[in-house]
Amino acid sequence: MNWPLYFQSLCGGLLIGGAAALFLLLNGRIAGISGIIGSLFGPPSAETVTNVTFLVGLLLGPLLYAAFAGHLPKVDIAAGFGTLVAGGLLVGFGTRLGSGCTSGHGVCGLARLSPRSMAAVGMFMAAAIVTVFITHHFLPGDAR
Amino acid sequence: MRPLAGLFAGLVFGLGLALSGMMNPARILGFLDVAGAWDPSLAFVLVGAVAVSTIGVLLARRCRTPVFAQHFGWPAVSGIDAKLLTGAALFGIGWGLAGFCPGPAIASLTLGLGKSFLFVAAMLAGMALYRITVQSRRRQ
Repeated sequence: MNWPLYFQSLCGGLLIGGAAALFLLLNGRIAGISGIIGSLFGPPSAETVTNVTFLVGLLLGPLLYAAFAGHLPKVDIAAGFGTLVAGGLLVGFGTRLGSGCTSGHGVCGLARLSPRSMAAVGMFMAAAIVTVFITHHFLPGDAR
Repeated sequence: MRPLAGLFAGLVFGLGLALSGMMNPARILGFLDVAGAWDPSLAFVLVGAVAVSTIGVLLARRCRTPVFAQHFGWPAVSGIDAKLLTGAALFGIGWGLAGFCPGPAIASLTLGLGKSFLFVAAMLAGMALYRITVQSRRRQ
Protein backbone atom coordinates (compact mmCIF):
# COMPACT_ATOMS: atom_id res chain seq x y z
CA MET A 1 0.00 0.00 0.00
CA ASN A 2 1.37 3.37 -1.05
CA TRP A 3 -0.40 5.84 1.25
CA PRO A 4 1.48 9.05 0.20
CA LEU A 5 0.46 8.35 -3.41
CA TYR A 6 -3.15 7.70 -2.38
CA PHE A 7 -3.18 10.95 -0.39
CA GLN A 8 -1.91 12.84 -3.44
CA SER A 9 -4.64 11.21 -5.55
CA LEU A 10 -7.26 12.19 -2.95
CA CYS A 11 -6.05 15.82 -3.00
CA GLY A 12 -6.20 15.85 -6.81
CA GLY A 13 -9.74 14.50 -6.59
CA LEU A 14 -10.71 17.25 -4.12
CA LEU A 15 -9.48 19.86 -6.65
CA ILE A 16 -11.39 18.19 -9.52
CA GLY A 17 -14.56 18.15 -7.40
CA GLY A 18 -13.89 21.76 -6.37
CA ALA A 19 -13.62 22.77 -10.03
CA ALA A 20 -16.94 21.05 -10.80
CA ALA A 21 -18.58 22.76 -7.79
CA LEU A 22 -17.24 26.17 -8.89
CA PHE A 23 -18.45 25.73 -12.47
CA LEU A 24 -21.90 24.80 -11.15
CA LEU A 25 -22.22 27.54 -8.51
CA LEU A 26 -20.72 30.35 -10.64
CA ASN A 27 -21.95 29.48 -14.15
CA GLY A 28 -24.76 27.01 -13.43
CA ARG A 29 -23.08 24.44 -15.66
CA ILE A 30 -22.20 20.76 -15.33
CA ALA A 31 -18.44 20.32 -15.78
CA GLY A 32 -18.64 17.51 -18.33
CA ILE A 33 -15.52 17.60 -20.48
CA SER A 34 -16.86 15.51 -23.37
CA GLY A 35 -19.99 17.71 -23.52
CA ILE A 36 -17.88 20.88 -23.47
CA ILE A 37 -15.68 19.63 -26.31
CA GLY A 38 -18.63 18.16 -28.24
CA SER A 39 -20.61 21.41 -28.10
CA LEU A 40 -17.85 23.08 -30.12
CA PHE A 41 -18.89 20.91 -33.09
CA GLY A 42 -22.34 22.51 -33.03
CA PRO A 43 -23.45 26.04 -33.91
CA PRO A 44 -22.02 28.83 -31.69
CA SER A 45 -24.05 29.54 -28.55
CA ALA A 46 -23.93 31.92 -25.58
CA GLU A 47 -21.67 29.35 -23.87
CA THR A 48 -19.14 28.90 -26.68
CA VAL A 49 -16.60 31.41 -25.31
CA THR A 50 -16.86 29.89 -21.81
CA ASN A 51 -16.38 26.39 -23.24
CA VAL A 52 -13.19 27.54 -24.96
CA THR A 53 -11.83 29.33 -21.86
CA PHE A 54 -12.58 26.23 -19.73
CA LEU A 55 -10.54 24.09 -22.15
CA VAL A 56 -7.71 26.68 -22.12
CA GLY A 57 -7.74 26.45 -18.31
CA LEU A 58 -7.61 22.67 -18.56
CA LEU A 59 -4.51 22.95 -20.78
CA LEU A 60 -2.85 25.39 -18.35
CA GLY A 61 -3.56 23.20 -15.29
CA PRO A 62 -0.55 20.89 -15.78
CA LEU A 63 1.70 23.98 -16.13
CA LEU A 64 0.38 25.33 -12.80
CA TYR A 65 1.14 21.90 -11.32
CA ALA A 66 4.68 22.12 -12.73
CA ALA A 67 5.10 25.57 -11.14
CA PHE A 68 4.43 24.00 -7.71
CA ALA A 69 5.99 20.56 -8.18
CA GLY A 70 9.00 21.61 -10.24
CA HIS A 71 8.23 19.05 -12.97
CA LEU A 72 5.41 18.27 -15.39
CA PRO A 73 3.01 15.44 -14.45
CA LYS A 74 3.96 11.97 -15.71
CA VAL A 75 2.22 10.76 -18.86
CA ASP A 76 3.29 7.23 -19.86
CA ILE A 77 1.48 6.03 -22.99
CA ALA A 78 2.22 2.37 -23.74
CA ALA A 79 -0.44 2.03 -26.45
CA GLY A 80 0.67 1.97 -30.06
CA PHE A 81 -0.65 3.83 -33.12
CA GLY A 82 -3.60 1.54 -33.90
CA THR A 83 -4.72 1.23 -30.28
CA LEU A 84 -4.62 5.01 -29.76
CA VAL A 85 -6.65 5.66 -32.92
CA ALA A 86 -9.22 2.97 -32.06
CA GLY A 87 -9.37 4.10 -28.43
CA GLY A 88 -9.75 7.75 -29.40
CA LEU A 89 -12.54 7.05 -31.89
CA LEU A 90 -14.41 4.92 -29.31
CA VAL A 91 -13.96 7.51 -26.54
CA GLY A 92 -15.10 10.37 -28.79
CA PHE A 93 -18.11 8.59 -30.30
CA GLY A 94 -19.07 6.75 -27.10
CA THR A 95 -19.02 9.79 -24.81
CA ARG A 96 -21.28 11.73 -27.21
CA LEU A 97 -23.69 8.81 -27.70
CA GLY A 98 -23.76 8.16 -23.94
CA SER A 99 -24.03 11.90 -23.11
CA GLY A 100 -21.00 12.02 -20.83
CA CYS A 101 -17.67 10.73 -19.62
CA THR A 102 -15.77 10.32 -16.36
CA SER A 103 -16.40 13.96 -15.41
CA GLY A 104 -20.02 14.51 -16.45
CA HIS A 105 -21.41 11.14 -15.38
CA GLY A 106 -18.73 10.29 -12.80
CA VAL A 107 -17.86 13.44 -10.84
CA CYS A 108 -21.05 15.45 -11.48
CA GLY A 109 -23.69 12.78 -12.11
CA LEU A 110 -22.86 10.66 -9.07
CA ALA A 111 -22.92 13.82 -6.92
CA ARG A 112 -26.47 14.53 -8.17
CA LEU A 113 -27.42 10.88 -7.44
CA SER A 114 -28.61 10.66 -11.07
CA PRO A 115 -29.76 7.07 -11.88
CA ARG A 116 -28.72 7.61 -15.52
CA SER A 117 -25.18 8.58 -14.50
CA MET A 118 -24.94 5.68 -12.04
CA ALA A 119 -25.91 3.28 -14.85
CA ALA A 120 -23.42 4.93 -17.24
CA VAL A 121 -20.56 4.80 -14.70
CA GLY A 122 -21.31 1.13 -13.95
CA MET A 123 -21.32 0.36 -17.67
CA PHE A 124 -18.16 2.22 -18.66
CA MET A 125 -16.21 0.94 -15.62
CA ALA A 126 -17.28 -2.65 -16.39
CA ALA A 127 -16.45 -2.29 -20.11
CA ALA A 128 -13.04 -0.76 -19.31
CA ILE A 129 -12.18 -3.45 -16.75
CA VAL A 130 -13.17 -6.26 -19.16
CA THR A 131 -11.16 -4.59 -21.97
CA VAL A 132 -8.04 -4.34 -19.80
CA PHE A 133 -8.55 -7.92 -18.57
CA ILE A 134 -8.61 -9.19 -22.15
CA THR A 135 -5.74 -7.05 -23.49
CA HIS A 136 -3.43 -7.57 -20.48
CA HIS A 137 -4.10 -11.21 -19.66
CA PHE A 138 -5.13 -12.90 -22.93
CA LEU A 139 -3.35 -11.04 -25.73
CA PRO A 140 0.44 -11.08 -26.19
CA GLY A 141 2.17 -7.87 -25.11
CA ASP A 142 2.77 -6.52 -28.60
CA ALA A 143 -0.95 -6.61 -29.42
CA ARG A 144 -1.77 -3.91 -26.85
CA MET B 1 -17.65 37.03 -16.03
CA ARG B 2 -18.67 33.53 -17.16
CA PRO B 3 -15.66 33.01 -19.47
CA LEU B 4 -13.32 34.05 -16.65
CA ALA B 5 -15.07 31.71 -14.18
CA GLY B 6 -14.81 28.96 -16.82
CA LEU B 7 -11.09 29.60 -17.24
CA PHE B 8 -10.57 29.37 -13.47
CA ALA B 9 -12.68 26.21 -13.13
CA GLY B 10 -10.78 24.61 -16.04
CA LEU B 11 -7.44 25.59 -14.46
CA VAL B 12 -8.37 24.02 -11.09
CA PHE B 13 -9.72 20.95 -12.92
CA GLY B 14 -6.46 20.57 -14.88
CA LEU B 15 -4.36 21.08 -11.73
CA GLY B 16 -6.40 18.37 -10.01
CA LEU B 17 -5.94 15.98 -12.95
CA ALA B 18 -2.18 16.58 -12.90
CA LEU B 19 -1.88 16.09 -9.12
CA SER B 20 -4.15 13.04 -9.00
CA GLY B 21 -2.36 10.86 -11.54
CA MET B 22 -5.45 10.72 -13.80
CA MET B 23 -3.38 12.19 -16.65
CA ASN B 24 -1.14 9.13 -16.75
CA PRO B 25 -2.59 6.29 -18.89
CA ALA B 26 -0.21 3.82 -17.19
CA ARG B 27 -1.87 4.63 -13.82
CA ILE B 28 -5.39 4.42 -15.33
CA LEU B 29 -4.67 0.99 -16.80
CA GLY B 30 -3.14 -0.09 -13.47
CA PHE B 31 -6.39 0.91 -11.76
CA LEU B 32 -8.53 -0.91 -14.34
CA ASP B 33 -6.36 -4.06 -14.19
CA VAL B 34 -8.17 -5.62 -11.22
CA ALA B 35 -6.74 -9.09 -12.02
CA GLY B 36 -3.15 -7.83 -12.17
CA ALA B 37 -1.07 -5.54 -9.93
CA TRP B 38 -4.08 -3.40 -9.02
CA ASP B 39 -3.34 0.26 -8.22
CA PRO B 40 -6.30 1.50 -6.12
CA SER B 41 -5.15 5.14 -6.02
CA LEU B 42 -7.61 6.39 -8.62
CA ALA B 43 -10.50 5.27 -6.43
CA PHE B 44 -9.27 7.97 -4.04
CA VAL B 45 -9.52 10.51 -6.88
CA LEU B 46 -13.15 9.57 -7.49
CA VAL B 47 -14.05 9.62 -3.78
CA GLY B 48 -12.45 13.05 -3.29
CA ALA B 49 -13.98 14.50 -6.45
CA VAL B 50 -17.51 13.21 -5.83
CA ALA B 51 -17.38 14.36 -2.17
CA VAL B 52 -16.61 18.00 -3.05
CA SER B 53 -18.87 17.93 -6.11
CA THR B 54 -21.72 16.75 -3.85
CA ILE B 55 -21.19 19.77 -1.59
CA GLY B 56 -21.42 21.94 -4.73
CA VAL B 57 -24.69 20.28 -5.78
CA LEU B 58 -26.20 20.68 -2.28
CA LEU B 59 -25.22 24.36 -2.20
CA ALA B 60 -26.57 24.91 -5.73
CA ARG B 61 -29.94 23.45 -4.79
CA ARG B 62 -30.18 26.06 -2.02
CA CYS B 63 -29.37 28.90 -4.41
CA ARG B 64 -32.04 30.37 -6.68
CA THR B 65 -29.57 31.24 -9.44
CA PRO B 66 -25.84 30.74 -10.11
CA VAL B 67 -23.59 33.75 -9.47
CA PHE B 68 -22.97 34.70 -13.13
CA ALA B 69 -25.92 33.07 -14.97
CA GLN B 70 -29.71 33.29 -15.03
CA HIS B 71 -30.42 29.68 -14.12
CA PHE B 72 -28.86 26.29 -13.41
CA GLY B 73 -28.50 24.07 -16.47
CA TRP B 74 -29.44 20.78 -14.82
CA PRO B 75 -29.55 17.93 -17.34
CA ALA B 76 -33.11 17.01 -18.38
CA VAL B 77 -34.40 14.07 -16.38
CA SER B 78 -34.78 11.04 -18.62
CA GLY B 79 -34.62 7.29 -18.32
CA ILE B 80 -31.85 4.76 -18.75
CA ASP B 81 -31.97 3.76 -22.42
CA ALA B 82 -29.98 1.73 -24.94
CA LYS B 83 -28.31 4.89 -26.30
CA LEU B 84 -26.87 5.74 -22.86
CA LEU B 85 -25.67 2.21 -22.15
CA THR B 86 -24.24 1.61 -25.65
CA GLY B 87 -22.39 4.92 -25.54
CA ALA B 88 -21.01 4.20 -22.07
CA ALA B 89 -19.90 0.70 -23.16
CA LEU B 90 -18.09 2.06 -26.26
CA PHE B 91 -16.44 4.76 -24.14
CA GLY B 92 -15.37 2.14 -21.57
CA ILE B 93 -13.74 -0.04 -24.26
CA GLY B 94 -11.84 2.98 -25.64
CA TRP B 95 -10.79 4.04 -22.13
CA GLY B 96 -9.54 0.51 -21.40
CA LEU B 97 -7.60 0.37 -24.69
CA ALA B 98 -5.76 3.69 -24.48
CA GLY B 99 -6.00 4.67 -20.79
CA PHE B 100 -7.21 8.18 -21.67
CA CYS B 101 -10.61 9.76 -21.01
CA PRO B 102 -11.46 13.19 -22.52
CA GLY B 103 -10.29 15.54 -19.72
CA PRO B 104 -6.85 14.03 -19.12
CA ALA B 105 -6.30 13.61 -22.88
CA ILE B 106 -6.87 17.34 -23.47
CA ALA B 107 -4.78 18.34 -20.43
CA SER B 108 -1.92 16.09 -21.57
CA LEU B 109 -1.60 18.05 -24.84
CA THR B 110 0.37 20.61 -22.81
CA LEU B 111 3.26 18.13 -22.59
CA GLY B 112 3.52 18.08 -26.38
CA LEU B 113 3.63 14.28 -26.75
CA GLY B 114 2.86 13.00 -30.26
CA LYS B 115 0.76 10.13 -28.88
CA SER B 116 -1.48 12.57 -26.96
CA PHE B 117 -2.14 14.54 -30.14
CA LEU B 118 -2.90 11.31 -32.03
CA PHE B 119 -5.41 10.19 -29.39
CA VAL B 120 -7.10 13.62 -29.21
CA ALA B 121 -7.31 13.83 -33.02
CA ALA B 122 -9.02 10.40 -33.10
CA MET B 123 -11.32 11.44 -30.21
CA LEU B 124 -12.38 14.62 -32.04
CA ALA B 125 -12.96 12.53 -35.18
CA GLY B 126 -15.17 10.20 -33.14
CA MET B 127 -17.19 13.19 -31.87
CA ALA B 128 -17.49 14.57 -35.40
CA LEU B 129 -18.61 11.13 -36.61
CA TYR B 130 -21.35 11.13 -33.96
CA ARG B 131 -22.42 14.59 -35.06
CA ILE B 132 -22.71 13.69 -38.75
CA THR B 133 -24.30 10.28 -38.21
CA VAL B 134 -26.52 9.95 -35.12
CA GLN B 135 -27.26 13.59 -34.31
CA SER B 136 -28.03 14.80 -37.84
CA ARG B 137 -30.23 11.75 -38.53
CA ARG B 138 -32.33 12.45 -35.43
CA ARG B 139 -33.07 16.02 -36.49
CA GLN B 140 -34.60 15.04 -39.84
